[in-house]
Amino acid sequence: MNRVKRQLAPYLLILPGSLWLLLFFVVPMFTMLSLSLQEGDVVNGYRFTFHWQTYVDAMEDYRTQLIRSLIYGLIATVVLIVLAFPAAYWIAFYGGRRKSTYLFLLLLPFFVSFVLRTISWKQILADQGPVLSPLRDAGLVPDAFHLLGSPAAVIGGLVYNFLPFMVLPIYVALERIDPRVVEAARDLYANPALAFRKVVFPLALPGVFAGVLMTFVPTTADYVNSEVLGGPETTMIGQVIQKQYLVNSDYPTASALSFVLIAVLLIGVFAYARALGTEDVMKVAAR
Amino acid sequence: MTQTLQRPMPVAERSVPKPRRRITGGGLLSVYTWLIMAWLMVPILVMIAFGFNDTKGRFNQRWQGFTFKWYGRLNEYPELTRALLLSLGIAVVSAIVSGALGTGIGYALGRYRFKGSNTLNGIMFSTISSPELIMGASLLTLFVSLNVGTGPATITIAHIMFSISFVATVVRARVITLDKSIEEAAADLGATPWTTFWKVTFPIILPAVFSGVLLAFALSIDDFVVTNFTAGTYETFPLWIWGSSRMGLPPQVNVMGTLIFAIGAVFAIITGIRGRRGSRRAG
Repeated sequence: MNRVKRQLAPYLLILPGSLWLLLFFVVPMFTMLSLSLQEGDVVNGYRFTFHWQTYVDAMEDYRTQLIRSLIYGLIATVVLIVLAFPAAYWIAFYGGRRKSTYLFLLLLPFFVSFVLRTISWKQILADQGPVLSPLRDAGLVPDAFHLLGSPAAVIGGLVYNFLPFMVLPIYVALERIDPRVVEAARDLYANPALAFRKVVFPLALPGVFAGVLMTFVPTTADYVNSEVLGGPETTMIGQVIQKQYLVNSDYPTASALSFVLIAVLLIGVFAYARALGTEDVMKVAAR
Repeated sequence: MTQTLQRPMPVAERSVPKPRRRITGGGLLSVYTWLIMAWLMVPILVMIAFGFNDTKGRFNQRWQGFTFKWYGRLNEYPELTRALLLSLGIAVVSAIVSGALGTGIGYALGRYRFKGSNTLNGIMFSTISSPELIMGASLLTLFVSLNVGTGPATITIAHIMFSISFVATVVRARVITLDKSIEEAAADLGATPWTTFWKVTFPIILPAVFSGVLLAFALSIDDFVVTNFTAGTYETFPLWIWGSSRMGLPPQVNVMGTLIFAIGAVFAIITGIRGRRGSRRAG
């Protein structure tokens, strides 16, 4: 009796939570897949017809936005690695007893709503804002120069909003490195650059991988930054999907686009994992 | 400013003296890291500052002098106040429910080996790493297919869904490091498994549960994307800001943002200090 109880215990514990995840995360993926293959509209209802044409049409209409999103996501991710690595490195190796204070400072902006932070950037980058108006008054930029609406503003917003998601995993990986390993490399006559390249960087790779996963996926699918900071030339796929769902109520097209986005992101992530070539990387990232 | 930039260095020297000599570039890197932190704070400082701006109309764009009056006139926009209260209510319910459900999963995953745990881990990993847009959109298709009207209930359902995995991850991390001998000692002294859990295990994992609940609260109150898909005609605080930003955001939004920021930061500092004290006592 007691043995049975012990074996049942984990299942009873996970039951309510797993049921919730099943009903509201797994099942919706299938309703979305099914809806993407249906024909009809909101008024007359939908019929399931294996209507693959929706995918073909959606790709024809919105290929530009999809490719643009991938490019923006890729650029933002690369910029994030470059910006985050030195900061994570300094906190991990020089933070001393104040490491957690520094991490806290990095996370501090997150107590302000994502939307509010992005709108605040819009105010800063506006034509009459504190960045552009002094530059224009000094004659350093032409009158027709705008920051808002440019790809740089959108990518800058993405980088700003997702920086901690890159710093934290790299920090965790670097923090685990035993400083003596680096010393050993130096004792074996590696110069600092070589020690970094051959010892520190490889050990930090799992962190970089986790960071890429945490930033490439959400930046590519983001629509808040491009909506607030971008213009007609910077429309991303997330904006299209959002509009098709919530404004046009074209659920089949929106669902098809969502699935194309998921597929592309999954392929990208797995190709990246393959390219790094280690299963450890996957394991560390999955933890 | 330069003083604050250089201050951390001696601390680093004291705690890890050798690597400092070996790994060069610490000075420049510290300046760089502080610049990054300053950059992260820029929009926050702008938001706080413009909560004190003596602006005339609803367009709060140019600095027109210092005032405290918006703090006194916080409730001038009833829809804004209602949106904030709705956000708070949803965040409380979501934090409590996802705290309970997530603790169950986290405890089971940290303590037991059982069939299906890999699948559960995989689903949790997917919820954490899949884009919010996809989670919100797919939930909308579910509600549309079932003909369920969207509103506060569906927002709460969605928030609980994406918070469970975070709570479970935090709790699991603590449960894995639990010293089993303490529980065995309780059992040896005649405690039933039930008593052992509530008198021994739960108090130990309580700080982790508490951080999980706080995290769930923060995720919920800040959420925009998933909420946008599951809210219907209702507006939470971020949704109100989004909808009104075209017409200009009144300074009350800055004040509310500042208050949430201050309360959140103070809460985090208190938990951080308490956690450090706890770990010092334990270590």
